[in-house]
Amino acid sequence: MMRFIRGILAVALIVTALPAHAALKVLATTADWGALASELGGDKVNVYTATSAFQDVHRVDAKPSLIARARSADLIVATGAELEIGWLPVLIQESGNAHVRPGSNGYFEAASQVQLLEKPASVDRSMGDIHPQGNPHIQLDPHNIAAVAKALTSRLATLDAPNAQYYRTRGNEFQSRWQQAMTQWETKAAPLKGVAVVVIHRDQLYLCHWLGLTEVAAIEPKPGVPPSAGYLAQLVAKLTAAPPKMILRNAYNDPKAASWLSDRVHSQVVTLPFSVGGTDGAKDLFGLFDDTLNRLLAALSK
Amino acid sequence: MFSFKPATAMCIFVCLLWPVVGEAATPKKPDEVAELRAALEALKSEYSNRVNALEARVKQLEAEKSAVAPSVAQSATRADSSAGAASATVNDTAASPSTGADVAIPADIAAAAAAIAASEAGSPSGSAPYDSAPPPPAPQAGGGANAFNPAISMILAGNYTSLSEDPNTYRIAGFIPNDGEIGPGERSFNLGESELTVAANIDPYFFGNITASITGDNEIAVEEAYVRTLALHNGLTAKGGRFFSGVGYLNEVHAHAWDFIDQPLVYQAFVGGQLAQDGVQVKWLAPTETFIELGAETGNGQGFPGNRRNSNGLSGNALFVHFGGDVGDSTSWRTGVSWLAHKADERFYEDSDAAGLPVLNAFTGRARTWVLDGTLKWAPHGNVTRQQLKVQAEYMRRREQGDLAFDTLGSNLSDAYRSSQSGWYLQSIYQFIPRWRVGARYDRLRSGSPRIVLVESGALTAQDFPALLSASPSRFTTMLDWNPSEFSRLRAQVAWDDARDAERDHEIFLQYIYSIGAHGAHKF
Repeated sequence: MMRFIRGILAVALIVTALPAHAALKVLATTADWGALASELGGDKVNVYTATSAFQDVHRVDAKPSLIARARSADLIVATGAELEIGWLPVLIQESGNAHVRPGSNGYFEAASQVQLLEKPASVDRSMGDIHPQGNPHIQLDPHNIAAVAKALTSRLATLDAPNAQYYRTRGNEFQSRWQQAMTQWETKAAPLKGVAVVVIHRDQLYLCHWLGLTEVAAIEPKPGVPPSAGYLAQLVAKLTAAPPKMILRNAYNDPKAASWLSDRVHSQVVTLPFSVGGTDGAKDLFGLFDDTLNRLLAALSK
Repeated sequence: MFSFKPATAMCIFVCLLWPVVGEAATPKKPDEVAELRAALEALKSEYSNRVNALEARVKQLEAEKSAVAPSVAQSATRADSSAGAASATVNDTAASPSTGADVAIPADIAAAAAAIAASEAGSPSGSAPYDSAPPPPAPQAGGGANAFNPAISMILAGNYTSLSEDPNTYRIAGFIPNDGEIGPGERSFNLGESELTVAANIDPYFFGNITASITGDNEIAVEEAYVRTLALHNGLTAKGGRFFSGVGYLNEVHAHAWDFIDQPLVYQAFVGGQLAQDGVQVKWLAPTETFIELGAETGNGQGFPGNRRNSNGLSGNALFVHFGGDVGDSTSWRTGVSWLAHKADERFYEDSDAAGLPVLNAFTGRARTWVLDGTLKWAPHGNVTRQQLKVQAEYMRRREQGDLAFDTLGSNLSDAYRSSQSGWYLQSIYQFIPRWRVGARYDRLRSGSPRIVLVESGALTAQDFPALLSASPSRFTTMLDWNPSEFSRLRAQVAWDDARDAERDHEIFLQYIYSIGAHGAHKF
């Protein structure tokens, strides 16, 4: 017994004696917020991303490794709007780190920086996996990224006051590069306006909204609810009459549903990165939009 | 949101007219009744016509609006203008010459219709599901008396059970029986435990949670009721009240989140199913990239293998350490070692003597339990929606030392007793396609041969302690479950149960688990 206690004390001593890192430790829930924090924080931040573009952020395990990261984090950058409700509260609760609890400076929610679309008038689980505060998949509208970047810059400056000027300079620089890129993207994407697309889950809403793509149907009859045979038959009948130009699939989606529909209605499947890292081209936030547009435009010209 | 149907209009109408009808119920002359009825009928038909006309106008306006602009970008101004137009129309109607009836009625209907027109035009989930609405204002917290209501969630569960052996004869051979949840439960349909959880932050410093379980026998049990710190830093968390002990892996998991309908035999035999502590817990998480968590607990130690002693002292002392991490982006793991110290004072159990007559025996002494646990989860790129594999195993070893009293109500002989017992389980759950999971579990216990001085001294024979005869109980379990959503689960489980170490029990279970209310977040 005494040996056990002595062992524990030894471990405690070793880990508390580890050197503290000067850089601000950021835990981002998605690759997009991770990429944004790196853009804005440069070498003053140490970013860890909890999920990859190949994961469905609704459903993630509250892994021990993530709890350990939350323990030492100075800032958690989350999407919010209940997207991470199944796992992030556990990380924060188990971390023993009051600095990153909701309501404190160490907790940042991207979704509260933008106006959410599809805020339901009433909520009921029979409507599927809906989010009472609105659709949380905000990252595919670059205007949202700009708004989130602005708020995140001032949050970084607040948290790490000695480097505030550094963050503001980087933030301004990012905003001007981003505005320029947005103008280019919007010019380039003009032919996509009004193009009919089918989606799987309604997580490309903001992309469609930004580009003016017309979302004619979703493979999921309700958010998070897989389609029944009857619903698919109806969908095929409806889409055969008026085939969409493309079926959009995210990197994390099972390819089966989209290709099944594609075989029947003869529309091409376009795989989009959805998040930074979802495709080889989507290396950072700029790449995410470059690659998304390239893929959509390539499909349009086919 | 509600839809304005003739039936609704009729209801509003009837409600508004209720006092009139009430007066009419005590008429002086039959003629007056007939007159009133006629007047009522006239009013009814008039107002239903007007409501229909209003509805037609609303529909017409809607049709116009969706024909005008298919583009998403224009919907904001469109919604505003159509809502305005609708209310203007309604106002016109309301202001039109009244036919001598109570003017309050048309005004009410007009207001309702205006509200409907406005909400339909402005609602994001309106008649055109792929049309986007004007951006709503920034999220606001709800106000009023309910603003601080806690999160409430409820689990509804039940099962159908088929057993080849009588569940009343169930026992785990070689182990001192306990009052916990042992065995497969009763036959046929059973209402399971309905778990009610109410939780909220209490103030900036504490979080409170209560989970009460309402059993099928109409009893309410407090599973957990604790407060936990919110404001501590440096990886520290403290908890007090009643809580599931942090020892092992499965002990903290609530029944609705188990991968099988019942707990492994080792949990049933060593801690009576699940160890709840009435006391305090402190946990500290190391500031390392590898998950290292240290925890300590103490309390009144009333949970098996302890019992409630008439003592100011502490018991149920626990120490545990957990480690965890990732291997690549697809695999994560957690492992741990726990140590538990309990004191028991006249912990009674029922047995029979060599002649087969029932006796009440009691153990007084101390119990030391070690628990090793390990869990491994694998999902391609960590994407758990499609495929996931989970493998977990736990091992427990307990030494008990003290006095064993035989037939406390009769001869009441007592002498030294010492035992060393162990057990383990290994289970694996595989989600092979979305929403479907299969699982298998193997349980094995080793009772050892306890040292009973009453037997060694020749005062009694081993046959006087049939519950303690050396045995090796085991069980093999398989399960298949279907999860239509995150909130519902239907499960079939088949087990070959050799816990009695005599006749094998063939067990079949069908189970449902539903969850309503606040969205729960589960641990690893």
